[in-house]
Amino acid sequence: LRATRCPTSFIGAEQKEEAKAERVSSDCLPPTFSVSEIKNKQRRHLILLLESHIFSVFVFQQKMQLKKKKKKEREALGDKAPPKEVPKTIENQRVYDETTVDPEDEEVAFDEGTDEFSAYFNGLTNPKVLITTSDRPRGTVRFCEQLATVIPNAHVYYRRGLALKRIIPQCVARNFTYLMVINEDRKVPNGMVLCHLPDGPTAHFKMSSVRLRKEMKRRGKDPTEHSPEVILNNFTTRLGHSIGRLLAALFPQDPQFVGRQVATFHNQRDFIFFRFHRYIFKNEKKVGIQELGPRFTLKLRSLQKGTFDSKFGEYEWVLKRHEMDACRRKFQL
Amino acid sequence: MQHDDVIWDIIGNQQFCSFKVKTKSQSFCRNEYNLTGLCNRSSCPLANSQYATIREEKGQCFLYMKVIERAAFPSKMWEKVKLSKNYEKALEQIDENLIYWPRFIRHKCKQRFTKITQYLIRMRKLVLKRQRKLVPLSRKVEQREKRKEEKALIAAQLDNAIEKELLERLKQGTYGDIYNFPVHAFDKALEQQDEESESESEEEEEEEDEEEEEEDVGKREFVAEEEVEESDLSDFEDMNKLRTSSDEEEEDEEESSEEEEEEEEEMEVEMKASKSKGKSPANGSVVRKKRAYVEIEYEQETEPTSKSRTTS
Repeated sequence: LRATRCPTSFIGAEQKEEAKAERVSSDCLPPTFSVSEIKNKQRRHLILLLESHIFSVFVFQQKMQLKKKKKKEREALGDKAPPKEVPKTIENQRVYDETTVDPEDEEVAFDEGTDEFSAYFNGLTNPKVLITTSDRPRGTVRFCEQLATVIPNAHVYYRRGLALKRIIPQCVARNFTYLMVINEDRKVPNGMVLCHLPDGPTAHFKMSSVRLRKEMKRRGKDPTEHSPEVILNNFTTRLGHSIGRLLAALFPQDPQFVGRQVATFHNQRDFIFFRFHRYIFKNEKKVGIQELGPRFTLKLRSLQKGTFDSKFGEYEWVLKRHEMDACRRKFQL
Repeated sequence: MQHDDVIWDIIGNQQFCSFKVKTKSQSFCRNEYNLTGLCNRSSCPLANSQYATIREEKGQCFLYMKVIERAAFPSKMWEKVKLSKNYEKALEQIDENLIYWPRFIRHKCKQRFTKITQYLIRMRKLVLKRQRKLVPLSRKVEQREKRKEEKALIAAQLDNAIEKELLERLKQGTYGDIYNFPVHAFDKALEQQDEESESESEEEEEEEDEEEEEEDVGKREFVAEEEVEESDLSDFEDMNKLRTSSDEEEEDEEESSEEEEEEEEEMEVEMKASKSKGKSPANGSVVRKKRAYVEIEYEQETEPTSKSRTTS
C-alpha cells in the first residue's frame, strides 16, 4: 500500500495500528454485526477510519490500473492512438472576455494612437518618475530606493505630509511624467498609486509579496544604470492593454541591450508579477537569467481617468469584489 | 453640615472610593468633576464642599462651581457658566467667578482651561489635514487572495516565460548584431529542413554547387578579411566565455529538469567569472590567445558552405 499519494495518508501510523487491532478483536463478533452498532465512540471511529482507508486505497489502485491499461493501449496503437487529453487548467477554462483585444483591431489601434500614452509611444517624451511614500514611512524607503535603481530616471522624495493634489501641479511643472506613491502598512508596502502626469490615468494597485534585494536568493550584483528591456505578458483585454501601456511607459523607449537587463510584468489571473533579471545568451537555444532587484505582485484595484482625485474622479474601472470575484473563471486583465 | 474631613477620611484613606484608581506610584480619580485627575485631599470633588472645574462639551468650555449652600440640593449642586471663546476673556471670566476662592482652585482651573483650549486647537488643525482612513480587512478575503496569488505564481512559470520571450526576441532580431548567434540558428534551421526533405534538395544543391564551382573558377570575389575575422572573433569570445559552462550544461541537460536550480547556480558562478574576465562581446584582445581550439576549427569549416547556400 503506497500511502504517499493516497488520500488518507493524513491518518497517523498509530491510529492505523489501533484500528487494525480493533478490527482483529472485532472479527470474533457475529457476522450480522455492523460497525454503527458499536456504542463506544472511539472504537467506532477507529474502525470506520480503517474501513475508509481500505476503501480509498482500493479506489486508488483501481485508478492506477486504469492508467496502466490506457498506457498499454496507447503504446500498442502507436501512431494511431488518440491524442493525449489536455488537462483542464484555469487558463483553459477561462470565460471568454468580450473585450479581448484582437491584434488587428483597427479601433483599438486608433484608440491607442490617440490616448494619453501616444506621446510616449511616439517617442516624444522621456519618462521621469517621482517615487514617494505615504506619510511617515517606516519600512518603505528602502524599497523605494531599490525601485529607483530599477527604473531609470527615477527620483525618490520624502513625503512630508504633503497632499497629493498639491504635489501634482508641482510635478507637472518640473516635467515629471509619472508619480508613484507606495502606501505602507506596518512597515510593509501594501499599495501603489501610479499616476501618469500630464492628466493621465491613475491606477491604484494592491501590492503584495514584496521582496527586497537582500532577500533574493542567489542574486547578482546591483543593477547598472542601463535602461532595461521590458516584457509584458498576458495583457489581453482592453483593460489589460491600457494597464500594460501604463506600466510600459515607466521605462524609456530605447532599451540598452548592452546592459542585458530585463524588467518583466507578467499577468496571470489578474495578478501582475514584477521581476527584474539580468540575462545572458549561452547559445541561440539557451538563455540564463539571474534575478536581481526587488520583486512584487500587483493587483489592480481601480483605474481612474485624469490625475489622482479619489472623490470626484471619473473611474474607468473599479474592482467590485462581490460581482467580479464570484466567478472563478473570469478575469479582468 | 458637610463634614469634609470625615468624608475624606473614609473614602480617601481607609475605605473604598469607587472613583479611585490605584497604581503603583499614584492614585487617580475618575470622577468627571475632578479638577486635576489625581486623588488628593484638595482635588477630591466629594471631599470638598467648595469646588470648581472646567469641562468641555463639543468644543465649548464651561466653568462648574459647587458651593456648600447648595449641598442639600443635589440636582442644583453644580453651577454651569459658559466661558467665552476668546482665551483672555475666558480667563477673566474665571477670575471674576472665582473671586475670593482658594488660590489652588483658581490656579488649577486656569491651567485646565489652557490645556483644553490647546487640545481643541490641535483637533481643529488635524481635521484640516489629510485624514487617514482605516479600511477594515476581511480575513477570509485576504486569505483567499493570498492563496490565489500563490497558485497564480505557480501557474505563471515566470522563469520559463521570460526565457521564452527573450529567445523569441533574439530570433526576431530585435537585438541586431550584438549577438552573432542568428547565423547558427539559420544554419541549424536549414540543417533541419535538409534532414526532412532529403533527396531533392541534395540533388539541387549538388547541381548548384557544380554550377557555382564552374562559375567561381572564372570569377573573382573580393572578400574583406576584417569581416571574417570579426565574426570569427565574436564566435570565439562567446564560445570562450561559455565554453566551460556549455560543457557542464551538456552534462546537465541529461539530468532532469528539476535540477534547474543547480544549473542556475553553476551558470551564475560562471557568469560572475565571465563578467570578471571580459566585458561585452566586442572585446577582441582577450581572445586572440585562445584560437587553437578544435571547436573553432570545426566552425571554420562549415562557414564557407553556409555562404554558398546563402548566395544561391
